Amino acid sequence: MTDGYSEKVMEHFASPRNVGEIKDADGIGKVGNPVCGDLMWIYIKVKDNRLEDVKFKTFGCGAAIATSSMITEMAKGKTIEEALKITRSDVAEALDGLPPIKMHCSNLAADGLHAAIKDYLEKSGKK
Amino acid sequence: MDHSATTAVDPAVVEAMLPYFSEKFGNPSSLYAIGRQARRAIEDSRQKIADLLGARKEEIIFTGSGTESDNLAIKGIAYKNRKKGDHIITSSIEHHAVLRTCKFLETQGFSVTYLPVNKEGTVNPADVEKAITPKTILISVMHANNEIGTIQPIEEIGKIAKEKNVPFHTDAVQTAGKLPLNVESLGVDLLSISAHKMYGPKGVGALYIRKGTFLEPQLHGGGHERNIRSSTENVPGIIGFARAAELARERLLQEQKIAGLRDSLIKGVLEIKDSYLNGHPTKRLPNNANFRFSFIEGESLLLNLDMKGVAASTGSACSSTSLEPSHVLLAIGLKPEEAHGSLRLTRGLGNTQEDVDQVVSVLPDIVNKLRMISPLAR
Repeated sequence: MTDGYSEKVMEHFASPRNVGEIKDADGIGKVGNPVCGDLMWIYIKVKDNRLEDVKFKTFGCGAAIATSSMITEMAKGKTIEEALKITRSDVAEALDGLPPIKMHCSNLAADGLHAAIKDYLEKSGKK
Repeated sequence: MDHSATTAVDPAVVEAMLPYFSEKFGNPSSLYAIGRQARRAIEDSRQKIADLLGARKEEIIFTGSGTESDNLAIKGIAYKNRKKGDHIITSSIEHHAVLRTCKFLETQGFSVTYLPVNKEGTVNPADVEKAITPKTILISVMHANNEIGTIQPIEEIGKIAKEKNVPFHTDAVQTAGKLPLNVESLGVDLLSISAHKMYGPKGVGALYIRKGTFLEPQLHGGGHERNIRSSTENVPGIIGFARAAELARERLLQEQKIAGLRDSLIKGVLEIKDSYLNGHPTKRLPNNANFRFSFIEGESLLLNLDMKGVAASTGSACSSTSLEPSHVLLAIGLKPEEAHGSLRLTRGLGNTQEDVDQVVSVLPDIVNKLRMISPLAR
């Protein structure tokens, strides 16, 4: 069962980083669908155009939890522009790869981050 | 605790098989001494399988797997009776070996009724009766479900089938060796079993075919197994299967007692808030417990249990290659997100009260940890 997951995926899954909500978040991205088995909420706090804090809550499989955890680490401290450039494959790569079947369904973290940034830009009237 | 997936081969079974790989390597079709020796061993084995099922020796056909037995029973009856009718009745919670065979037959011009089940996973015999038409040539309902463990009212369905004179097949892969099986009291005409679910080797199964029930062979060739299943016999596999069947018969009483372990597991796990038992509370396989936990997903549960040394299984799509949640869990009325949160624990002979205690002690923390992460738990 764990054969398909890299050590890095298992490590992030076992001890996910930045779990939780940001109470006064500047943007929230909600992606996925519980019917499909994956639901991801990404919270961001923005200061001076940088992601000061990124947190997540996820319902889903090992890959869904590991990619959520990974993207919070990848995005923290980045500018909005830099964060928008993070792709699904960047996340998968940072985790030393994902099983092919998980690439599509559970690799939602980049989408979640982008949705949170979009939410922030809309709320702050920058878009 | 995933013994419904497969079991380790009993050392006594291995011991019985070993000579048939080496010094007793004969082909049962050969007329010289080692051939005859293999033939005798197969016929003795056939008797042992018949004894497990309360059947006659000549009613047992050896196959390559439970899946093959299911295929042979269903396609064999369907093609043999095509002139009589084209309608098959089965349930919506069958193993894929039955469901996909029926789906295939639909592409060949047969029509299939997939009976619903109630929320405990039980087929209503009255529904079977209502579904029968003059065109019905086969009823196939499993003895017990591999995921949720629910035992079906096979005897009642058997009576209806007999009254209406429709051949009746049951997939007993999960019950053989766990519940007493008797083809007469069950009232079945065909019954499929597999060796590797009962501490026998993989790659061998059997099909009981009641005397007077005729099948179209699905493998043509040298005419083995009364011309129903050509292929040189898997002699070591068959010997191992028979030894496993003998041992299973001796263990049957013990299996019943071990249902106590299952109940202690169920009681312990249901202490967790927002947890539910899937399947029937009492009419279930003595080794099966299937739970669902709100707000969390099954593969994550499995991975966490695995890290604690517990092997389990889930109906969540996320652990399958199909990305569909279990058809069984959907058929008992669960929403997809509920099906994703399911966990199957199937006890084996090696499992003890300590294993149960371990699951009961580690599970609450795992469930809590995943709920902390989940946006659904609020």
